[in-house]
Amino acid sequence: MKSKVLPAVPLLAAGTIASPAGAATVSVTIPRVAVAEYHKPYVAGWLEPADGGAARTVFVWYDIKKGGNEPGTKWLVDLRSWWRKGGRSLRLPADGVSGATRAPGTYQIPLPANLPAGQYVLKVEAARESGGRELVSVPITIPGKGGSSSGKAELGAVTIR
Amino acid sequence: MRFNSLLAATAAVCSAIATPALAHSQWLLPSTTILSGTGNGVTVDAGASTSPFFADHVAMNLDDVKVWEADGTEGKIDNPARGRYRSTFDVMVDKPGTWKIGVEQSSVSGSFMLDGEMWRVGSMRGRPPMGAGLRPGAPGGEAPGGRPGQGGPGGPPPEGGRGRFDPAHVLATPADIPANATDVKLSERISRNFIFVTADAPTMTVFKPVGKGLEMEPITHPGSLVADEEGQFRFLVDGKPAAGVAVTVVPGGKRFREAEEAQELKTGADGVLHVKWPIPGMYWLSAELDDHHPGDPRAAERRMSYTTTLEVVAP
Repeated sequence: MKSKVLPAVPLLAAGTIASPAGAATVSVTIPRVAVAEYHKPYVAGWLEPADGGAARTVFVWYDIKKGGNEPGTKWLVDLRSWWRKGGRSLRLPADGVSGATRAPGTYQIPLPANLPAGQYVLKVEAARESGGRELVSVPITIPGKGGSSSGKAELGAVTIR
Repeated sequence: MRFNSLLAATAAVCSAIATPALAHSQWLLPSTTILSGTGNGVTVDAGASTSPFFADHVAMNLDDVKVWEADGTEGKIDNPARGRYRSTFDVMVDKPGTWKIGVEQSSVSGSFMLDGEMWRVGSMRGRPPMGAGLRPGAPGGEAPGGRPGQGGPGGPPPEGGRGRFDPAHVLATPADIPANATDVKLSERISRNFIFVTADAPTMTVFKPVGKGLEMEPITHPGSLVADEEGQFRFLVDGKPAAGVAVTVVPGGKRFREAEEAQELKTGADGVLHVKWPIPGMYWLSAELDDHHPGDPRAAERRMSYTTTLEVVAP
């Protein structure tokens, strides 16, 4: 059982994450795209309280290693919804939140354990160099009800359980 | 023939009075208004044309373009250049927050009569006044009683039959108007054309009203506009909410669609303008207001305009 659960939880940039019992987890699929010039997408996920209020960034994956005149942070604005909803006021790198871009595959990210109970919309946005941009929204209730939705081009399934 | 010459005279007067901004909109087009980090800049095109952002008429003069950094201190433009159809310049946005870039102009212009002849005050269409200034023989100059425009060394001689104005009959400022002038009609013009560029989190310092003329205070920040949310902007005249201000909102890219999609809007009693965005993109927004409260006591009326370019992203 142990070996079945653990590999599904990737290591985030900050290092180890322990998903507390009962905390929700979101799984995000980055689809394989058949193009000659492929760059791994920038992806961000955040929670918006359904009744308004400040958004909370759950994760953001970008080119953390690229420096120089055009550092990887330069293109974070291409995640235009996330940028407007909170990315622009987030200091990066952010412990437990920011990390490197990911290859196509399915990744499990725990939602913050200290989320106040209530209704939220989880949003996941992906933007790819020489590619497209897509936003997927999944309404959820904490604690309890998860949900699922799927993108068409830049994102696959986004599932919260 | 008589009708024709009358028409020509009327046209000459009208063209002198009409505000050129109506025919050809001045626009500033930034490469982007939203930046991540402080290592980036924007490049800006500046021109005037019938359809905003199509560089097909004249380039904008960059002499008066200024930069206000996020904290209000003066910044600078880089690489200014004037092309045939548009000017261009860069601004390095090296501090976080919202920067203001653009032009603010204030002038008094108009006309008066002297010895049965019409004189103009102020430059026409941005050109330096021809034969302007106080010269011997000009009104108020050293030759009292001398007929204006005659004997003055500057300016060509009056041309008969071409409009009402002798090109030499132009004064630079209202201060030069002689005491015996009659029918003095002066109007004050205050125009602003600004764009806003935000690096990282948006700030509000550059929107602090100076309290003079027509200004805009955003309720929805220009760095946060999105096509499926209404834009709200409060217009102020002399620092107070300006009701009933006529505002034109035009999305760029007119050539690539059927309709102009221009919206003619008015501010509400609270001075607030509500704008719905039919499509994402760059928008040209221009507000005009005339009143009779000029800052210059010699002017009878005041014409004010406030123009901006707004980037509206897709949701």
